[in-house]
Amino acid sequence: MNFHFTADEQDVLDMLHDFCLKEVAPIAAEIDENERFPEETWHKLADMGMMGVAYPEEYGGAGLSYVNYIGVCEELAKHCATTSVMVSAHSSLCCWPISEYGTEEQKQKYLTKLASGEWLGAFGLTEPGAGTDAAMQKTVAEDKGDHWVLNGSKIFITNAGFAHVFVVFAMTDKSLGTKGISAFIVEKDFPGFKVGAHEKKMGIRGSSTCELVFEDCIVPKENLLGELNKGFKIAMTTLDGGRIGIGAQALGIAQAAIDDTVKYTKERIQFGKRISQFQNTQFQLADMQARVDAARLLIYRAAQAKQDHEPYSHLAAMGKLYASEAASDVTRRCLQLIGGYGYTREYPFERYMRDAKITEIYEGTSEVQRMVISGWMGVK
Amino acid sequence: MNMLVCVKQVPDTTEIKIDPVKNTLIREGVPSIVNPFDGYALEAAARIKDADPSAKIVVLSMGPEQAKAALKECLAIAADKAYLVSDRAFGGSDTLATSYIISETIKKVEELEGKFDVIFCGKQAIDGDTAQVGPEIAEHLGYPQITYGLEAEVDGDTIKVKKEVEEGVAVVAAKMPAVVTFTKPAWDPRYPTIKRKMAANRAEIPTLSSADLPTIDLAQAGLKGSPTKVKKTFVPQKKSGGVKIKEETAEDSAKKLFELLTEAKVI
Amino acid sequence: MEAMTKDLWVFVETNEDGTAKNVGLELLTPGKDMAAKQGGALVAVVIGSKVDEAVKAASEHGADKVIVVDGPEYASYTTDAYAIALCALVEKYGPTSMLIGATNNGRDLGPRVSCRLKTGLTADCTGLDIDEESGNVAWTRPAFGGNLMATILCPDHRPQIGTVRPGVFKKSEAGEAKAEIVKEDIHVDAKDIRTQVLELIKEADGENVDLEGADIIVSGGRGVGGPEGFEPVKALADALGGVVGASRAAVDAGWIAHAHQVGQTGKTVGPKLYIACGISGAIQHVAGMSGSDCIVAINKDPEAPIFDIADYGVVGNLFEVLPVLTEEIKKARG
Repeated sequence: MNFHFTADEQDVLDMLHDFCLKEVAPIAAEIDENERFPEETWHKLADMGMMGVAYPEEYGGAGLSYVNYIGVCEELAKHCATTSVMVSAHSSLCCWPISEYGTEEQKQKYLTKLASGEWLGAFGLTEPGAGTDAAMQKTVAEDKGDHWVLNGSKIFITNAGFAHVFVVFAMTDKSLGTKGISAFIVEKDFPGFKVGAHEKKMGIRGSSTCELVFEDCIVPKENLLGELNKGFKIAMTTLDGGRIGIGAQALGIAQAAIDDTVKYTKERIQFGKRISQFQNTQFQLADMQARVDAARLLIYRAAQAKQDHEPYSHLAAMGKLYASEAASDVTRRCLQLIGGYGYTREYPFERYMRDAKITEIYEGTSEVQRMVISGWMGVK
Repeated sequence: MNMLVCVKQVPDTTEIKIDPVKNTLIREGVPSIVNPFDGYALEAAARIKDADPSAKIVVLSMGPEQAKAALKECLAIAADKAYLVSDRAFGGSDTLATSYIISETIKKVEELEGKFDVIFCGKQAIDGDTAQVGPEIAEHLGYPQITYGLEAEVDGDTIKVKKEVEEGVAVVAAKMPAVVTFTKPAWDPRYPTIKRKMAANRAEIPTLSSADLPTIDLAQAGLKGSPTKVKKTFVPQKKSGGVKIKEETAEDSAKKLFELLTEAKVI
Repeated sequence: MEAMTKDLWVFVETNEDGTAKNVGLELLTPGKDMAAKQGGALVAVVIGSKVDEAVKAASEHGADKVIVVDGPEYASYTTDAYAIALCALVEKYGPTSMLIGATNNGRDLGPRVSCRLKTGLTADCTGLDIDEESGNVAWTRPAFGGNLMATILCPDHRPQIGTVRPGVFKKSEAGEAKAEIVKEDIHVDAKDIRTQVLELIKEADGENVDLEGADIIVSGGRGVGGPEGFEPVKALADALGGVVGASRAAVDAGWIAHAHQVGQTGKTVGPKLYIACGISGAIQHVAGMSGSDCIVAINKDPEAPIFDIADYGVVGNLFEVLPVLTEEIKKARG
């Protein structure tokens, strides 16, 4: 057991930390307030090589470890949860299935541009009638001989307004249920494809979350991703990995809330004392930090297992379940310690609380994680 | 195009605190950084290289072995090659001795890397704040100098520099080779890339000592080669605070301030 | 080199219209005492083109002697021409000490000249004295971002040279011009001037950023919150006929150009009135403005260190305080 990053991994995180202090943290409140996607940050992260940390250099990535990539998601989330999910949705949910299931031609055509960060990626599974019950896909893909025609819609798609490439799921054989779902690579300019309205959200408000609409959308034959009718497995394994990134996002939000609370309580005077001198403050913060550290161990255990090609879906589920619930609880308690100032938008605490909540919902709700874990335990 | 950028590793002076009891600087725990002005010089060189990818950027620093960390950072950002000049005999050098050692080192590095067309420096280091080493290197080498540069552009055998002047901005040209010192421009320097960072971590940085620099007259180096001597250092006295105004409302405070300033005939 | 006289020189920088820059005249004030302690004369050196005004001013503000180099090649400042002329003068007359104003040009010229003469130069001094033990000039200057002061001597090399911050010393009242005027004819060949000004771009909107020469400066810091936060700062500066300054935090955030920056890595200023708005008072900033005659701080944090050095400190929101203050001033001035 080794609980350290390697020197190289740490260097990358230090580099990113410096970058975040100058470029990410200063705009976090503004992009939240204005619901603005931080497009400039995407390009700067791409220049540094941060949009494809764990993909091989020959496909445009930085060739670093998966654990390092998860560290990147956590560090970004310490400064801005929107920016963290921009990277993790791109990397975990779009780059990964192409890298894992794509043909060499698909990887050359798409992964190289995605991993280098030249293009941004997104993932389309959820539909109005198919949320947690992802098997209820209504989007259909019809085989027209030399191409596919897609009809239907997807909702709540992260990065949608700025992505070039979407990994999209559609029914290719309705009679087979989940065994009739296939995955496709869709480019934003394909005829019959359009990105719909931007969702107004409680948190991660800078994130571009939109609907995808397919109206006789023509997709070339070669853009089927993986085998025909094997799409559901692609979706589920992709989400297994995505959960580690979201868990890391939860860690980052929670740690930022704790760090800022520690700083604030050491300055704020009430009853003639710094409020950090009250035992309630001390014990609450100690509990919170212990909990976040426990979550961190779970998340990095899952990341390490994925990196080592060991089974990790239950580990990812445990990590995400624990980290996201910790984040929601910790950010709420931090705001309570701060009090009235914490409720104002002058301080980041209310944003942390709003941003934390989504980590319990997307890429599988906490309930889905419990289903995955109990299923792995054989509790039926 | 062959460019040399001189960099110094400095303590981050924004992080320096005063020990309230001993009234001395607390240097422990203060991070070491690349002098920000040298970072602007490196960025100016990197921009020239963006326009002409065949250009080469060499960075040189004088300081202890630890200063290699600063050189590695420059490699991770934009530099192709790095050299450190380091010797106990050079310790305690003032600006005249430092610029002498650096200019002799430049001649040595030129034997290995070819003649430099330009030598870029930060306008000053944020620890010493002298702004003297750049112009003094120019004098030692007999080159023209342009100080307070914001941006630089190569035009044939000429370097054209946008520089800060009291009236605004001037464009000044000099035939190369020349020394240019840089101040803070309107843009931010680029960040390192993961790829360059990994390569920098593995880069060999040659250290040149006095043994490698036989042309250096040691009588002109180090403490004894320095005309200026530090007699004493002290922490500046804090001025005691004046009148504090905090009325019921901001409006009243503003009016009170206006009254006091008028009374004192300041306005 | 050896000193040939006990004279103290002040390099009086000139403007392009032939008048003297303030800092040169300011330095004649401490120069007078130092020259007396050294047992020599106070000599002003004026280089430029058609500089009779500057020569007269140097004489009126206390110089015993003025050495003048006047020629068309000096009409605008160039490192090469000025260094050639100043070095030639030093070699001819051998002063024991020399003060140069720490303006951009002064700090460009100083190191070039001291290096050519192989002597010591102390940069950006804020204190000048004669060391009692040795009789050398004791140059005091800030270092480490203003966190530390150092007193520097140059014991064995002459002339001992320092650049000195504008605004630290006050110009004396103009008296009778009775200095001896010595004209030196030094010609610099065009080929020896190796830099050429191709273009001069004045501040785009004619905005005044002459912080060093300003009597009133209103500065904004992190507390202004963004580029638009400078509007009330500018409005107050306009009402007072002052200049807008800024702290490093505001400049680094990209809210205002670096030319406005006051502090250790920006401009050093010494106005009659300095109003710091939303500036915490980091030592780097204080180092650049503590020489102001009167400092006003407006900050909502009562613990901000700026209040330690302020003559008048207002605890309050600058966006509420500034408009009222601006209105009051406008009313009073009709």
